Amino acid sequence: MLPPTIDARDVTIRFGSLTAVNRVSLTVAPGEVFGLLGPNGSGKTTLIRGLCGLVPLAAGKAMVLGRDVATESERVRAQIGYMSQKFSLYEDLTTRENIEFYSGIYGLSPAEAKARSEELMELTGVAPYLDQYAGRLSGGWKQRLALVCALLHRPRLIFLDEPTAGIDPVARRDLWDLLFRLAAEGISLVITTHYMDEAERCARVGYIYLSNLLVLGTPHELKQMPGVTPPGARWLEIYNADSANLLLRLRSLPGVLQATIFGQSIHALVREGCTNAELGLSQARVVETEPSLEDVFVTISRMQTDKKTS
Amino acid sequence: MLGEFSHQRMYAIARKESLHIIRDPATLFFALFIPVLELFMLGYAIDTNVRFVATVVFNQCRTEESKRMIRMFENSKDFRVIKEVYSDAEMNSMIVSGKAQVAIKIPEDFSRQIEAKRSAQILVLVDGSHSSVAGVALNVSNAIALQESLKQYFSERTLLIESRPRILFNPDTRSANFFIPGLMVVMCQMMAIMLSANAIVREKEKGTLEQLFMTPVRASELILGKLIPYLVLTLIEFGTILFLMWSVFQVPIHGYVSTLVGLTFPFTLTFLGMGLYISTRVDTREAAGQMAMGTMMPSIFLSGYIFPLDSMPTFFWYVAFIFPTTWLIDAARGVILRGAGWSELWLHAVVLWGMGIASFALAAAKFRKRLS
Repeated sequence: MLPPTIDARDVTIRFGSLTAVNRVSLTVAPGEVFGLLGPNGSGKTTLIRGLCGLVPLAAGKAMVLGRDVATESERVRAQIGYMSQKFSLYEDLTTRENIEFYSGIYGLSPAEAKARSEELMELTGVAPYLDQYAGRLSGGWKQRLALVCALLHRPRLIFLDEPTAGIDPVARRDLWDLLFRLAAEGISLVITTHYMDEAERCARVGYIYLSNLLVLGTPHELKQMPGVTPPGARWLEIYNADSANLLLRLRSLPGVLQATIFGQSIHALVREGCTNAELGLSQARVVETEPSLEDVFVTISRMQTDKKTS
Repeated sequence: MLGEFSHQRMYAIARKESLHIIRDPATLFFALFIPVLELFMLGYAIDTNVRFVATVVFNQCRTEESKRMIRMFENSKDFRVIKEVYSDAEMNSMIVSGKAQVAIKIPEDFSRQIEAKRSAQILVLVDGSHSSVAGVALNVSNAIALQESLKQYFSERTLLIESRPRILFNPDTRSANFFIPGLMVVMCQMMAIMLSANAIVREKEKGTLEQLFMTPVRASELILGKLIPYLVLTLIEFGTILFLMWSVFQVPIHGYVSTLVGLTFPFTLTFLGMGLYISTRVDTREAAGQMAMGTMMPSIFLSGYIFPLDSMPTFFWYVAFIFPTTWLIDAARGVILRGAGWSELWLHAVVLWGMGIASFALAAAKFRKRLS
């Protein structure tokens, strides 16, 4: 088996007295699509910066692409790609100029740069926009251009910090197709996102809450976690005409541990033994289901908060 | 080549930065146009030499001698008689209303006193609200009175001592010769500090700096790559002002331009470094602009650019020499007006190069520590 692309052990990052990342351990395998989830400000971006060697680790050790980020940050950065949520290329430069700039920054020879950018233009389809100012491109094309710039130096690992925030669904789907093609070539991807459907696409998912990595596993494993579905409880998917009022009523019942609206339906965690009639659901269509990833993250966040307050 | 300074990366940054400059014609226009505008303002409009001061005359004596006295005032070219008045009240109101800055009153007994070999008096009222005008009016009227009394005293004999002043280096005492070298220095300073402070802060604002830090680019490559285009631009501006000074305003350059460039280069480096330092402290271009302006103030008022150093209190005279601007303005006037060379300006060179290297090195170290 190949050595892991990322091997982080007890990574801790502090800013003064604030602990932004607390003893996070994780591994990412070559070609793996790894999802990093968690609320804003939970430490996802800081963790990524730590794994690139941009912020010093207060404790722990991180090996990225076989190198210690604490001592070989520059070499690590030469082999990783990074794409941030905010478009971070130069808007007053054309697509071509941005690509040329990053080719220079990554030290590509003119011949290499030409060959590689042609290859990437084929992959992403940005060729027709070469002479347009990057600032005039639409959100989806901006992200593709950002991806081209992040891939010029053939990185073996790419960090994508909310790459699909604010772009339309079609562009989002296209971008994911691209990402899977990269993963198929053996490139590891670490992606942060708030979209649950994107989390479901990841091979493995880590959930960071208040600087701690709470859970780590495949989406399927996370849904099976005992804490998420306590003994003697089950998840129901309830279809009813008046979901909003039903939700309020369900939440007031002692037999209902959790309830939330999910599109057309209500997701509820109810105690075993509570019949549909007791819950006033004789009229509604009720299906037993497994928890969604969102259910998982909400439940473990609450458990963590309860632990802290008690 | 990893782990070492890469010229390719530095060149990529410099090229990109040049594109930013070209793509932002507004900034470029203002950076180059404002100094030229100021040059024309200072060169044409402002004349600190006092000439043709508006003067009223109240001649109560009306003799041939008194009229000759008034002609002497007029002939000096420092005074311009705008009106003759016939009462004290009228004379006073001309001064108070600001229509005249000087009033000359020759009393009735002026000629009689001279004939009687007694001291004849003339009254010169000077509006002190313009200090430089008042000073000139006082000096000139004293000189005229003195000269006239000497002539009366020695009548037909020649004067024993005559002062024949000759003004060196700026024979016409033209203001342009005094101001433009200073302007050139102050404009270079403003441009260097503004451009370099903005260069990094703009990337911070747009989030592009974060992306750059994810690449193997080093702080030294980033700093040099960014500052080289700005250094070139600042020196172009310097050259433009120098050329216009010489061609349009006919200020002769007595020394070597190479001396001037050799001193301006470290000076520019000092302020590029300062701008860089500012950019590590603030996150918005607005804040950077304010901090940059803050450093401009003492440089303008204490550098001898407008107000002569020699008339400053001793304490401020010493303070003035903390600013590199003071050194370069002095040196620039030396080279341009007096033809000074390295043998006269070696101390300036040592100080300016020292400041330039120190400022740049400190800023670069600070930048590296804070951002990477």
